[in-house]
Amino acid sequence: METRPFSSPDARKPLGSRGMLGKIDSGWALVAAVVLITFLLVTLKPDPYMRILNAVKDGIWVTLKITLISFVLVLFVGLIGGLGRISKNGVIRGIATVYVEVVRGIPLLVQLMYWYFAFPAVIRDLGAWLNIASLASYRTNAEVMAILGFTFCYGAYMSEIYRAGIQSITKGQMEAARSLGMTYVQGMRYVVIPQAIRVILPPVGNELVTLLKDSSLVSAVSLPDLTRRGREWNATNFRPIETYTMIALVYLIMTLLAARLAVWIEKKTALEK
Amino acid sequence: MADNSIIHIEDVHKYFGKIHALQGISLDVQRGEVVVIIGPSGSGKSTLLRCINRLEEFDAGKIVVDGIPLDTAVNINAVRTEVGMVFQQFNLFPHLSVMDNLLLAQQIVRKRSKAEARETADRLLLKVGIPEKADCFPGQLSGGQQQRVAIARALAMNPKIMLFDEPTSALDPEMIQEVLDVMLDLAREGMTMVVVSHEMGFARAAADRAILMDAGQIVEEGKPTEMFTNPKQERTKLFLSKIL
Repeated sequence: METRPFSSPDARKPLGSRGMLGKIDSGWALVAAVVLITFLLVTLKPDPYMRILNAVKDGIWVTLKITLISFVLVLFVGLIGGLGRISKNGVIRGIATVYVEVVRGIPLLVQLMYWYFAFPAVIRDLGAWLNIASLASYRTNAEVMAILGFTFCYGAYMSEIYRAGIQSITKGQMEAARSLGMTYVQGMRYVVIPQAIRVILPPVGNELVTLLKDSSLVSAVSLPDLTRRGREWNATNFRPIETYTMIALVYLIMTLLAARLAVWIEKKTALEK
Repeated sequence: MADNSIIHIEDVHKYFGKIHALQGISLDVQRGEVVVIIGPSGSGKSTLLRCINRLEEFDAGKIVVDGIPLDTAVNINAVRTEVGMVFQQFNLFPHLSVMDNLLLAQQIVRKRSKAEARETADRLLLKVGIPEKADCFPGQLSGGQQQRVAIARALAMNPKIMLFDEPTSALDPEMIQEVLDVMLDLAREGMTMVVVSHEMGFARAAADRAILMDAGQIVEEGKPTEMFTNPKQERTKLFLSKIL
């Protein structure tokens, strides 16, 4: 609560120090090593590694698409949820709290199944009951349901990150904004949230990486993502070691790059200021 | 006299839970007047100040600022635009440069053009004596410099009234005077000021009136020099003996 990240004169110094630079270097070294291993496998042993890679290529695209679209929506839902959690209005705060607590208490896989299997059934039953043909024959889109599922679930976790970030900014900041005649929304928009975002960048970066990994759960709801494409290839070729080594490497490259991206943004926003 | 009062406070009460923080305060501040409020901590002086721009809601009574009664119907943002406030902890926006600290509210609240806002900001930074710090960030400034920027930021809105909430209490001793000098200048220019502070030198030099608060009430008021040398109330004597 008493974090005042930018108040001390040397608050920015550690970021430019050798410690952080050293960390970035070793981070990139790891990325390079993993890429190199993958490259060697694919070129030196194209059978089966190149074949696997070709077979799962479109799955990589599905994984990235689901992850990125969900993440953008999560950033938005999390902000709404986070503001709701600190709202002075008890009803809004109550709704936000129930949302966060309920969602965090249910496994993500179960939630995804709910969106994919149960939710469309509810719509169909409702359509039959109300005699609306278009609803009664409702067919779901697996991709849309997966994105909804991730957004709903990760939005709850993100709400808590936003809430903590906003609450870490001292009350005096909003008071100063209000005393200058700004509205609550302007104070949030121009004063509190820009500071809170810098505080929450590391945990938000973590969420991106976790979401990328959790996206593999969509293979259970019939989406042809990277994991599912791997499973399919293995089912016809019976090369589990090679298949899952390749899948793991591709995930690792993506997560390591996402982590680098997060660090880069963190560093960039910190140095600008 | 009463016609000229820019702040009219009448029988104001404020509770924090069971604590009766303001117990029927009445006070009129005239246009151009400088009022210094002193008193022990917990006496309600900051609370009173914060009620004037409604950073605190009061529970009973009446406050009229520049002819506008602070009731629930009032557009409080419009009132606050006319009332500048300086905080003990400065509360500069740490993610913005000094210049941007001065520009932000001018542009989004006063709706000034960037050029116009910049002109005001340049003039005020010169006035508070740190034009060379425009591109620094608050974290790179000393406490005294930060507080002077905070004063400039409040002045950039062209307020009719300035409220100071213990503006020098968080400062190292050697930085207090540079902030007081800026406040003295303001007082000389005829700004209406309500200052919560124990800086007796400032009170003697600039204040038209000193007010002693204790336990949510105004105990004594008068000309600072008279009140400090010849207090009428026992409570005032006791308090002054502790801080002088």
